[in-house]
Amino acid sequence: MAKASPSEPVLTLDGIRKSFGSKEILCGVDLSIHRGQIKVLIGPSGAGKSTLLQCINFLVVPDGGRISLEGQPVDPSDRKALCRYRQQVGMIFQDFNLFDHLTALGNVEIGLVRVKKMKRSMARERALAELERVGLARHAHQYPAELSGGQKQRVSIARALALDPKVMLLDEPTSALDPELIGEVHAVIRELGAAGMTMIMATHQIGFARALAQEIIFMENGVIIEQGPPDQILDDAQCQRTREFCAKITELGGHG
Amino acid sequence: MTGEAGFIFNELMPSLLRGLWMSLGLIVPSAVLGFFLGVLAGSCRVYGVRALRWSAHVYVALFRGFPLLVQLYIWYFGLPRLGVYLSPYMASVLGFSLCSGAYHSEYIRGALLSIKKGQVQAAQAIGMTRLQTILHVILPQAVRRALPGCGNEIIYLIKYSSLAYMVTCIELTGEGKIIASATFKYTEVFTVVGIIYLALVSVASWGLGKLEDRLALPGFQYHRA
Repeated sequence: MAKASPSEPVLTLDGIRKSFGSKEILCGVDLSIHRGQIKVLIGPSGAGKSTLLQCINFLVVPDGGRISLEGQPVDPSDRKALCRYRQQVGMIFQDFNLFDHLTALGNVEIGLVRVKKMKRSMARERALAELERVGLARHAHQYPAELSGGQKQRVSIARALALDPKVMLLDEPTSALDPELIGEVHAVIRELGAAGMTMIMATHQIGFARALAQEIIFMENGVIIEQGPPDQILDDAQCQRTREFCAKITELGGHG
Repeated sequence: MTGEAGFIFNELMPSLLRGLWMSLGLIVPSAVLGFFLGVLAGSCRVYGVRALRWSAHVYVALFRGFPLLVQLYIWYFGLPRLGVYLSPYMASVLGFSLCSGAYHSEYIRGALLSIKKGQVQAAQAIGMTRLQTILHVILPQAVRRALPGCGNEIIYLIKYSSLAYMVTCIELTGEGKIIASATFKYTEVFTVVGIIYLALVSVASWGLGKLEDRLALPGFQYHRA
């Protein structure tokens, strides 16, 4: 899984800040990721991982800071530019958020038809190919309520992939799943990584993070405490707080 | 045929059938227009920018607040004062649609509020605009949930269409009233008129039920009593 790293990062965050009311959730986060890299965010609940990911594609608009895709700063007040930017940044949610009124195929197709303005027949073909890629071609005509959690998450990955994103953001993609179903989603994410997809993922699955990530980022109270290669962060962290967290989470069976 | 049966079949029914056609001519366009107005007003109230939201609030407040009969009087007897002359039929359809839309908007608004935020986020995350999100993700789900309520409003509309004869649009009730006044057979006339409305309502509920079944989504079906 050697990753090419051209000099310029795909995505750069500069001093991202966000408060809800008087509570500061993100206190100036800097982050950059190169093409094909995989970075994993870890940290306790409330650390700001989810908010950070949502800030990256402006589902939550940051109060301050700058986000650039391939060197181009994103201006969230320019709605058209924002929609174009979001197509290039795929988002996977903890609770899937599939469109309940559409079949698996419809879920993948809708972005192609409505956003990319692709012809229905071409969109269908592409959507089927994406479902095939996540191993769900057979379930194309089933509705979300007829799919298992793992299948739903794979459909949501296909939905994001159909738009050819440059970066994927994954917000605890397996947290809402039964342990038995986590594996199938991990397998799909692993394949994505092997195919060179750039990804930022928040997760509590430490074993998976260790196997997949080039870098692990430990966040707490809205700041990045420490970042580095998995072995360094998970086994030999500089910071006392990082060590405590990693020890606890590894003990909880994170090796799976 | 003579006697009561003769009266009903030879004199009453031809008039009432003519009235029934007029009633259907009032109900169908008012139901369709009212529904779309309701979707529009409901969407504006939930997702509109401030000015739209307030306009929609004012619309609903006015048209739910004024008695329907008063609204019809204003459209038919009041507007000529401003130089606008509406036919009895146009005044009735306008009045029914606007009033019905105000009620529909409440059902739609409730349904819109019941759609989880994640659906909006997912739509935005694939690059949909606000309008696309509402049209292609939120409304298709919300309308399904609003259907039982909207159906109720349509059934109500079938019956309040009988107010049209107050602005001289002679529909089912109006035809009945004319014959009853001429013959003093109020009991027979209005029993038959009532039965016809009952039949209309029954057909409408059956149709609405079929529509709900057709639009039902796996995992979201529910059972009607």
